[in-house]
Amino acid sequence: MSAPAFNNKIIKWIDERIPLFTVLEHSTSSYPTPKNLNYWWNFGSLALFALVIMIMTGIVLAMNYTGHTSMAFDSVERIMRDVNYGWLLRYLHMNGASFFFICVYVHIFRGLYYGSYKAPREILWWLGLLIYLAMMATAFMGYVLPWGQMSFWGATVITNLFSAVPVVGNFIVTWLWGGFAVDNPTLNRFFSLHYLLPFVIFALVFLHLVALHTSKSSNPLGIEPKGPQDTIPFHPYYTIKDLYGVGVFLLVFMGFVFYAPNFFGEPDNYIPANPMVTPPHIVPEWYYLPFYAILRAIPDKLGGVIAMFGAILVLFALPWLDSSKVKSGRFRPVFKWFFWLFLADCFLLGWIGGKPAEGNYIPIGQAATFWYFFHLLVVLPLLGRLEKPLALPASISAPVLKEKA
Amino acid sequence: MLRSVITSAALALALGASPALASGGAHLDKQAWSWDGVFGSYDKAQLKRGYQVFHDVCSNCHGLKLVAYRNLKEIGLSEEEAKAVAAERETKDGPNDEGDMFNRPGKLSDRYISPFANDQAARVANNGALPPDLSLMTKARVGGPDYVYSLLMGFADAPEGFKLGDGMNYNKVFPGNQIAMAPQISDDLVTYADGTKATADQLTKDVVSFLNWAAEPELEVRKSMGLKTMIFLLVLTALFYALKRKIWKDVH
Ligand code: HEC
Ligand code: HEM
Repeated sequence: MSAPAFNNKIIKWIDERIPLFTVLEHSTSSYPTPKNLNYWWNFGSLALFALVIMIMTGIVLAMNYTGHTSMAFDSVERIMRDVNYGWLLRYLHMNGASFFFICVYVHIFRGLYYGSYKAPREILWWLGLLIYLAMMATAFMGYVLPWGQMSFWGATVITNLFSAVPVVGNFIVTWLWGGFAVDNPTLNRFFSLHYLLPFVIFALVFLHLVALHTSKSSNPLGIEPKGPQDTIPFHPYYTIKDLYGVGVFLLVFMGFVFYAPNFFGEPDNYIPANPMVTPPHIVPEWYYLPFYAILRAIPDKLGGVIAMFGAILVLFALPWLDSSKVKSGRFRPVFKWFFWLFLADCFLLGWIGGKPAEGNYIPIGQAATFWYFFHLLVVLPLLGRLEKPLALPASISAPVLKEKA
Repeated sequence: MLRSVITSAALALALGASPALASGGAHLDKQAWSWDGVFGSYDKAQLKRGYQVFHDVCSNCHGLKLVAYRNLKEIGLSEEEAKAVAAERETKDGPNDEGDMFNRPGKLSDRYISPFANDQAARVANNGALPPDLSLMTKARVGGPDYVYSLLMGFADAPEGFKLGDGMNYNKVFPGNQIAMAPQISDDLVTYADGTKATADQLTKDVVSFLNWAAEPELEVRKSMGLKTMIFLLVLTALFYALKRKIWKDVH
């Protein structure tokens, strides 16, 4: 890192003592970025934007929220009715969680299609998966806070999964609850952790970016830049492109916040939690549904729990499961089809996750679960060996020039 | 307790029914509400009429504890009218300077005082069934206001062979088709001060509108702020796009 020359005296003075501006310079203005990134590459910055919205709205919500079983529900309604623009804060936070997940899901599938997890970006990929896991935990605990029927019963069902662990299962569940049922101690610790985890996520995002700036961005062609003609500085090219993305994102997001704020929610969560009344249909938030389907596809409780966690853990091995040397799906004629099939399979799992476990939903869920693992554990390793990839372009500039001509 | 929670949770996990089934599976009678759509807003006169129905009929059994008496001024009650309504019921307050708790009439700053002291008292008076608080009713059911409308209009004679429980009433949309609440709405149930004809349909629409306001008092502010926000964002995004085009012009 050669220090850039700063003209401003104050900036120079500060930078000689702590190189804030040098770091900023290296990671924005002069950070060389492939010039051919498409709009699927916008979703990383959008996810970060969503995280910032969550933390900002969350901190103000926490100033007005009461973490006690006898007051939590009413305190959220007080936010909705009596706190100035409280309804806006709460709807931003509520819908923000869904949009955060939408961004991250697009971001992950972008990586799956373009092989972004392959060398030298394995650790970058792992950090992303850790962020995803921490998000799931955060959103799960956040959903418990308003203390509605789904909060309570969702928490009960999910924490109960740990009782499937042999020997110590029930002990773990009691320990998680802080008692013998989901109750005030549970709500309190979930609030505490719900406040903490987003900052853990923030730290992970920082590491994610350090790894990114070390290995540099991948690109739709999946070949590394060969020289300066293949890259452009991040600023102003990608800052403006990301800002445009933020504008489009906000248009959609705000559309939901202002006109359909409860679209992603469950009506049951507007009924105060009642341990005596089980809702007829306990469904988790939509972003968990594929894993909920995998959980229920296995007839055995412990098996289901293992499959559910395994479904995420197996993604950590992806850089080695996918044996193809070619990164981008664009040059893999057979993989391409399997990718879309896999995506459809994940949607199918999500749909099944929202359905009752009965009738035809059971075999469909089992088939979809089978395919999820079959794709990752069998198809990907074999494809790399059997498939004949298309010829790769000589450089990033080469095909661009050709397309233009 | 622990065991029953676990088993019921496991049961729900295994047997969960879809939301459509949960609402009885019946077809809801979709209404055109004044607040539908991007430009929708409440009809103040309708809210006031609906409040009259709620006050005269529903509030004898149902609470509305998230709404404060002062909020009633937002739908057109005068300060005096709102104060008078508040004073109709008593609430416990204290301790006073002598250290005693005492009952006093409700004030504008109080939340709507529920008709029964507690759930048990409500059940005793209602044949064992609990009339739920209506503050969030239109948000707490699949179908929202259309569900509540269909429920209130959905009473009918039980079909042949349907086993109706003791004190239960047949209803087309309530889950399981039998509800402990008797039919509440009938033509000319109340006499409207503004001269509107009080048909069953009108009464129901009015009271459901009032309940929707009770559940979403922020709706009008939300929609008008939404419109301004969307226009602002459209302009901003268009500017970003133009700038993006300009900056990227030379990249090939
Ligand atoms: C005589 C007492 C009484 C009156 C008056 C009354 N209700 Fe009810 N209501 C009940 C009871 C009891 C239940 C619970 C029924 C059950 O759980 O089976 C109930 C339930 C309800 C429900 C919930 C249905 C559901 O899906 O759970 C709604 C909505 C409702 N009432 C609306 C109204 C409205 C609107 C009025 C005024 C027009 C009204 N009620 C007047 C006793 C009453
Ligand atoms: C990773 C970021 C975050 C995610 C994914 C997330 C997710 C959620 C979710 C799903 C809810 C339930 C919303 C509802 O149904 O009402 C919630 C509620 C809540 N969250 Fe967060 N949250 C995040 C960050 C934060 C932060 C940083 C804070 C505080 C500093 C916070 C404070 C709260 C509070 C007080 C509630 C309860 C109020 C309410 O339910 O609206 N959250 N969160």
